[in-house]
Amino acid sequence: MKKLPISQLPALFAHISQGQKLYIPADVGGVPQFALWQPGMEMTRSLNTARSAKDLFFPQVENMVNFKVTGKQIDVVESRDPGEDFVLFGVRACDCRSFDILDSVFLDAPEDTYYKTRRDHATVITLGCTEPEETCFCTAMGIDPTTPGGDASGWIAEDTLYLQAHTPKGEALLDSLPMLQAAQSEAVEAARQQLRAVLDRLPLKELPLEGFTQERMMTLFHSPKWKSLSESCLGCGSCTFVCPTCQCYDIRDFDDGRQIRRYRCWDSCMYSDFTCMSAGQPRPTQMERFRQRFMHKLVYYPANHQGVFGCVGCGRCLQKCPIHMNIVKVAKALGEEIQ
Amino acid sequence: MQERIRSRAIALLESGACDRVLGWKAGEFFYDVTPAVFTTPEQVGKEFVWGPFCGANLSKYLIQESRKGGKVAAFLKPCDSYSFVQLLKEHRIWRENTYIVGVPCQGMCDIDAIRGQGFKGILSVTEEGEDLEVDTLYGCRAMPRREALAERCLCCKSRKIVLCDERLGPDGEENPNVRFEEVKRLEAMTPQQRYDFWRGELSRCIRCNACRNVCPACSCEKCVFDNPSSGAENKAAADSFEENLFHIIRAFHVAGRCTDCGECSRVCPQHIPLHLLNRKLIQDMNTLYGTYQAGADLDTRPPLVSYTPEDPEPSVVGTIGGRA
Amino acid sequence: MRNDPLIPMVAVVTDIRTDTPDVKTFRVVGLDGRKPFPHVPGQCAMLSIPGVGEALFSITSSPTNPDYLEFSIKKCGCVTAWLHQIEPGQQVTLRGPYGNGFPVDTDFVGKDLLFIAGGIGLAPLRSVINYVRHYRERYGAVDIVYGARSKADLVDYPEILDEWCHAPGVRVHLTIDNAQPDWGGHVGFVPNYVRELGFDTGKTVVMCGPPVMIKFTLAGLQALGFRQNQIYTTLEMRMKCGMGRCGRCNIGTKYVCKDGPVFRFDQLDTLPDEY
Repeated sequence: MKKLPISQLPALFAHISQGQKLYIPADVGGVPQFALWQPGMEMTRSLNTARSAKDLFFPQVENMVNFKVTGKQIDVVESRDPGEDFVLFGVRACDCRSFDILDSVFLDAPEDTYYKTRRDHATVITLGCTEPEETCFCTAMGIDPTTPGGDASGWIAEDTLYLQAHTPKGEALLDSLPMLQAAQSEAVEAARQQLRAVLDRLPLKELPLEGFTQERMMTLFHSPKWKSLSESCLGCGSCTFVCPTCQCYDIRDFDDGRQIRRYRCWDSCMYSDFTCMSAGQPRPTQMERFRQRFMHKLVYYPANHQGVFGCVGCGRCLQKCPIHMNIVKVAKALGEEIQ
Repeated sequence: MQERIRSRAIALLESGACDRVLGWKAGEFFYDVTPAVFTTPEQVGKEFVWGPFCGANLSKYLIQESRKGGKVAAFLKPCDSYSFVQLLKEHRIWRENTYIVGVPCQGMCDIDAIRGQGFKGILSVTEEGEDLEVDTLYGCRAMPRREALAERCLCCKSRKIVLCDERLGPDGEENPNVRFEEVKRLEAMTPQQRYDFWRGELSRCIRCNACRNVCPACSCEKCVFDNPSSGAENKAAADSFEENLFHIIRAFHVAGRCTDCGECSRVCPQHIPLHLLNRKLIQDMNTLYGTYQAGADLDTRPPLVSYTPEDPEPSVVGTIGGRA
Repeated sequence: MRNDPLIPMVAVVTDIRTDTPDVKTFRVVGLDGRKPFPHVPGQCAMLSIPGVGEALFSITSSPTNPDYLEFSIKKCGCVTAWLHQIEPGQQVTLRGPYGNGFPVDTDFVGKDLLFIAGGIGLAPLRSVINYVRHYRERYGAVDIVYGARSKADLVDYPEILDEWCHAPGVRVHLTIDNAQPDWGGHVGFVPNYVRELGFDTGKTVVMCGPPVMIKFTLAGLQALGFRQNQIYTTLEMRMKCGMGRCGRCNIGTKYVCKDGPVFRFDQLDTLPDEY
């Protein structure tokens, strides 16, 4: 374990960013988000960023390939960003788990090389939570935030940052930082204990999730509760887009006048056109679209991934949904019904 | 007030005057209320809430609710009532199927404004005179109530309920001009500063469409941005400037119909002050065509769809943009 | 720089056949003049015209065809409308194949097969039918029930008349919705025709067509005594990636693009009916 006085964080950031790009959670325009570190930039005091850390691996928009069309002829023009090494600092345990979930989707054969490239180039340094929000429920999703994971994890205790490497990549990064000093782990243990005490008092620390199994899939699917739960859903994509595990996307072409740019962008199963075909629409109302999003996270995804839920309990959707409908309310309403 | 509202809702359902009641439903916390339709007095007694976090504008839901048959009672705040009238004017709501109960409002709180004061793990908020007592996982502390108000409430244009079938309290004041202070700040910028300001703010947009979907003025059956046949469909443009134009196009589309209810800014997960685009257009229309408030009445014609010989020439646009 | 499964290859449309007023069949080869990739009957491929869009289509040619892929495409949307106005020599992009395909080398072997199709629903079945004809000795008797709105709407009509009707052990039963002067065959909807023909319930059924045809034919087959696990179909959903990621074709625990598009009805019965 290594340590650094908090006052020296700018020096640490400056040193890292000499070798590679560094992203930290900072307030930009008054909103916390992962931002490319520049001299003078400080870490946000917010627990979590408004957008999740998935942006760094699965950006909202990315150009995949270009085409030149001349008469009847088509030429494929490679346009992918080759990627470069970067450090992602200050990821919370929930967001770090979201990378495992995204990996299970994008790195399953045949692997998505755009995603893979970014993952390979990244060194993830997590940061232990000190003041969880009332909207946090990662423990209900099987996450232990006292061991946040990543290539290395950091803890802030008093006025010191403690860092522990978990992978060779993390070790290499910490070894390259001369300002770090050797440290004992007592202070971190104390911080963990403190966090455990807070976790015990979180209002959403437990959710009735036992019944969300594949065997009950059709019962849950046909629950009459979906109608009232989805009643005031606006059909917007804010829950989807702030969610660290939502990974649905669209592929589109943009003609810039010289060539066709084929890009991928985030999409949402909450949108009315998501499954719309010229032949018909299998999810004609917002009720079906709303149900799909939550069934996917609570039943379909776990059924295909050894029971791991497609939710990390970060609480972003609880804070951002314009009408305050969210996975906690859905899980409670349905969980009570099937018990 | 919550008890008065509940008992009115129960009475309306029990008497058969209404089949459904549109209001707010309690959530997990004190602040996360959800607009909801109640059909039984028991539901109302158990789940209907009213309080300083009932900021959501219910009027847009009446487009669908008023078409479902039967009669729906809706509890509308002053600013909701402007949207209601505007939607009536646009023939989007079936008036005969609605029963409006006007609810006076002293301004709504914004949980993000409280979080912005540095509170974390907020468990409850109690009103203590001019202060809010905020209890959190990490202790209790007071803050001035005023600083917890939503921006739109700090510069509330009107506490008048413009149309209703009954009201649960006296009307408040109209104060239409305080809200233009922020517009003045924008206008004081040079064009380059203003351009940079908006590029900066809009650069955070994640194109979640929350602003559009919540907007009572955005009630098209199918938005051009969702329609593959429109030629303008886009989800996330390949070019970021085009992305910014989404909001500018929307502001123009709702100009003259926007009541300045502020829902666009309330719902933005990225805290983009979208209402300022609309408010700037309201101010410009006021200057060019005389003061006009969308949704204030059922009769007047909005300036952009009426013509008088005194209307300014289109060239006025060149002079209104500020110093070049 | 690594290539990605989402980056397509360029292919050429070498021949376009007009099947019906709204269906054309496109023959596609790689830039090297050869068949772009091998496939299994029932699999699909992503065809695109850059700037217009990308869409998933059934491969209608049989895997036994060594020279090219064929796609029978009905004009109904943006991409299909564009395809319908191109000329031979036009390049398109292609990626695939996607999906599971029909179990032609396992479950179907040794079985009597009953194919039931309506309209453009014949497209995915044509690949299987021609595969079965090619390896005729591996399978039992073959019945094909095929219906369309009118004679002009029967896809692959020349191939049906000239080849399928003369193939050994293959019986073809055609029907059209309404009588017309130059039609001497059966008139009526497919579900009724299937009931009238009253097949032996030992057959394995492969069915594709409009939802309403599927619904009533399935009920009719079950009334005749067929079990759901004897009946196969292939689903159509909107798709963008073809590998279970874009999320559009997710039904319950399955993704139509990789776990389907071929399903047995007993499998579909355990899934939400969102298709």
